Amino acid sequence: MYDASKIILGILIFLVLATSPFWYSKATGQSDYLPDPVILTKDTPGKDVCVMPTDYMRSSHMDLLNDWRNSVVRDGERKFVSPNGHEYKKSLSNTCMDCHANKTEFCDKCHNYMAVDDQTCWSCHVEPKEEL
Amino acid sequence: MGIDRRKFLTIAGLTTLTTLGKTVLGSSPAGHDPIETGSQAVKRLAMAIDMQKCRQNEGCVECTKICHKIHNVPDIGNSKEEIKWIWKENFEAAFPNQHHDLLEDEIKNNQVVVLCNHCDDPPCVKVCPTQSTWKRESDGIVMMDMHRCIGCRYCVAGCPYGSRNFNFRDPRPFIKETNPEYPTRTKGVVEKCNFCAERLADGLLPACVDICPEKALIFGNINDPKSEIRQILKSRHSIRRKPILGTNPQIYYLV
Repeated sequence: MYDASKIILGILIFLVLATSPFWYSKATGQSDYLPDPVILTKDTPGKDVCVMPTDYMRSSHMDLLNDWRNSVVRDGERKFVSPNGHEYKKSLSNTCMDCHANKTEFCDKCHNYMAVDDQTCWSCHVEPKEEL
Repeated sequence: MGIDRRKFLTIAGLTTLTTLGKTVLGSSPAGHDPIETGSQAVKRLAMAIDMQKCRQNEGCVECTKICHKIHNVPDIGNSKEEIKWIWKENFEAAFPNQHHDLLEDEIKNNQVVVLCNHCDDPPCVKVCPTQSTWKRESDGIVMMDMHRCIGCRYCVAGCPYGSRNFNFRDPRPFIKETNPEYPTRTKGVVEKCNFCAERLADGLLPACVDICPEKALIFGNINDPKSEIRQILKSRHSIRRKPILGTNPQIYYLV
């Protein structure tokens, strides 16, 4: 092989450059970043439990919200009974955000991390005013 | 080549069994006859507007104010882009077929409250390509699903009453005081009166009916012979907007 040293060096430089984003994020600790959503529960007596268990909400809150949306809008069914027997009004702005009153610290944390576009919700549904 | 006796008997037997099974399993159990349940009167919500009482308070727009406030209806301030759910219209514009030059002055010169007629045969529903507007079977309200509306505006063209308005721009900057309990709309969807479906679900009357200082709006189930609205329609002469179009509007105007 002619100019083996130059070619191998070139390949090495290419590999380092191509993988540099991974090294960079490893070095600066960015890859270890995990979003840490905070729930700043408003004082809502008797509503200290979520509509569904935390594990379910973490993985499938979007499905629940879709179900709620369809059943309220299309079928007019506005009541939701949670597995532990509590009755809730199916409403993003009036039920979910009653407890999770801090959109920026709760919803946005993970949605930004995962690049989830939730503008489809918030361009119409009114987010609660956050006290700073 | 041909089938033998054994094969023919097997096929004939299986065919008989299948046919029998179908008739036995497929027959509907007693008491579930759809015609039977259909004979019970279904709820049908409607509104009567007492024009006499409404006239007494000329210039009153309390119904418009409260409706637009609780439903986050924007005030664009431009008649080409205006959005309204319930508003006042000149008699001639609201009732073009009933208008003539020699009409009593108090009718001719006064405005009437108009809103979505929640038609029994709504043309907006027929033309909607995404089924984002439909007539609710439980009470006849013509509903809208903003999530599904693609903003084609067929319904705006289809509605003979001008009850539907399109959001040509983001309405949020034009809402003076946002009611956090009700969503706003977004650019590119059509909106209209929903007979306060969200209030009805909580057992409340529509906001316009509640607020009217003259109690000129009467709301109720038209299929219930004992309801207030049925009683008043029985005792007083009523007209409807453009009934000749066959939409069967459910807003009745008491003359």
